[in-house]
Amino acid sequence: MTRQRAVESIRSLRMAAWLGWQIESNWAAPFLFAIYSIAKPVAGALILVLMYTVIAQGGLQNPLFPQIFVGNAFYIYVAMMLIGVSEAVIEDREHYGMLKYMYVAPLNIHAYLLGRGMAQAIVATMAVLITLFFGIIVLGIPMPPASIDWGMLFAAWLFGLVGVAFQGIFLGGICLITARHNYFIGEAVAGAIYLLCGAVFPIDVLPKPLQLVGQALPLTYWLEALRRALLGTGAGELLSPLSDRVLLLILAGSMVLLAVLSVAFYRWAENLAREKGLIDMQTMY
Amino acid sequence: MSSPTRWEIFWRTVMGRAYPRVVGMQRERSWLFFETLLPLLQVSAFVFVYRAIQAPPEFTGFVVLGGAMTAYWLNVLWSMAAQFYWEKETGNLELYIIAPTSLMAILLGMAIGGIVFSTVRALAVMTLGLLIFRVEVSIVSIPQLLGVFLLTLVALYGLGMLFSSLFLLYGRQASHLSNLLQEPVFLVSGFYFPVRALGSVVALGASVIPITLGLDAMRQLLFPTMMAQFHFLDVRIELGVLAVLSIGFLWLARRALSYMEDLSRREGRLTLRGQ
Repeated sequence: MTRQRAVESIRSLRMAAWLGWQIESNWAAPFLFAIYSIAKPVAGALILVLMYTVIAQGGLQNPLFPQIFVGNAFYIYVAMMLIGVSEAVIEDREHYGMLKYMYVAPLNIHAYLLGRGMAQAIVATMAVLITLFFGIIVLGIPMPPASIDWGMLFAAWLFGLVGVAFQGIFLGGICLITARHNYFIGEAVAGAIYLLCGAVFPIDVLPKPLQLVGQALPLTYWLEALRRALLGTGAGELLSPLSDRVLLLILAGSMVLLAVLSVAFYRWAENLAREKGLIDMQTMY
Repeated sequence: MSSPTRWEIFWRTVMGRAYPRVVGMQRERSWLFFETLLPLLQVSAFVFVYRAIQAPPEFTGFVVLGGAMTAYWLNVLWSMAAQFYWEKETGNLELYIIAPTSLMAILLGMAIGGIVFSTVRALAVMTLGLLIFRVEVSIVSIPQLLGVFLLTLVALYGLGMLFSSLFLLYGRQASHLSNLLQEPVFLVSGFYFPVRALGSVVALGASVIPITLGLDAMRQLLFPTMMAQFHFLDVRIELGVLAVLSIGFLWLARRALSYMEDLSRREGRLTLRGQ
């Protein structure tokens, strides 16, 4: 029975990832998809570049800039995966009208949503790589391959992504019990965490209460670990006492905690949605 | 019983389409949290970037205003332009077409409902942003400020109506186009910095998006001292261009809707789902 469930979960994950990839890529003309994949992240990065060139003393040579650029680049994962997983619930329910069929099919809904997140992660990986190469080649951000801590980069990247995917499931639970006007919940939450985890500035500059909230977020440690792996140093003083090993342990622990909490919350939301008849709700305003 | 006139039908349609949007918002208010507090936090991130690089305090005001205006741009992209795609997928579009009314009236109703929704978000971001970050504004002229804001909205929603005509013909492709028009437009329209920083040529090109000139003019009218060195065009010129864009986009939208509807009929795409 356990083996059968495991097989079912893997199949759900694989098929959802394939479906998500089809929605993202094959349903658009290749040229449009290529422009879309490149223009969106580069534009996001250029907003920061412009903010720096207009104001910052030393412009792009300001030592804070590479930290901010890397934080902003990897944050693409957070935005895309949170949006992807939460939107999948609303799109499947109201746009394609398929959510009710998901529930009558032999699939694991959590694995399905993680799969949709995985498809977004593939698209996000392209965007992150394009943004990083843009930073290295055009903006001259120093990131020599020999000085990158590849082991730490991979471990931090993986723990962080799995954590983000489970946060997406949490948001998916909220979407399940709310109307279509929460379509942008992923974007809104990603935008809020963008502030609190110090994606584009050291959390040292936040007021004390917000610093504490930031320190409670796994993404803060994720971005710090990625910065250390790629640039050799982290951003700001607040997290500097933590060793690399401690950072990775925090990431691994938070990943497990997020998985447990998110799945439990989704189950609660799912039961509520069944009781209130919201699984096939249509809110077309 | 006499039949209603064309205008009566037009306005009834407008109110009828705006009604579910406004009432829907009241029936489930979870959006108040997600659409007011969370966007404010996102705007705050850009405020802290400026603080981290010791920007003058007026730049906080630039960001707060830009952040507030994102509500309208997102609403135009997803609840105006892309709405016809959703309507097509859910089977409402054919009902709109067979109803004895015009698509312009339906879109205007959507726009009014959308403006109510977006204004709540924009007001919350603006008010809380100004209070929390203690931004000082010195309004140059209230009538000009109101004029710029209203003309920006008319031109912007006119552009949204024009975009929506694309969705009569296309499906997911146009949806991707909406997605593409988010961050790049935040960049070229200067949502988080004065558009002049991009250079006159880019700023001029970006002026076709009404929010570019609207933001520049509103910043000039709210932060005159700092904008003296960063303004793109004179406010009166921007008002004139916004008026031209408003009329132009509404006229174009009417023509495009009619053309696309006809083309979609001929190609059998009006009721085509999963396209």
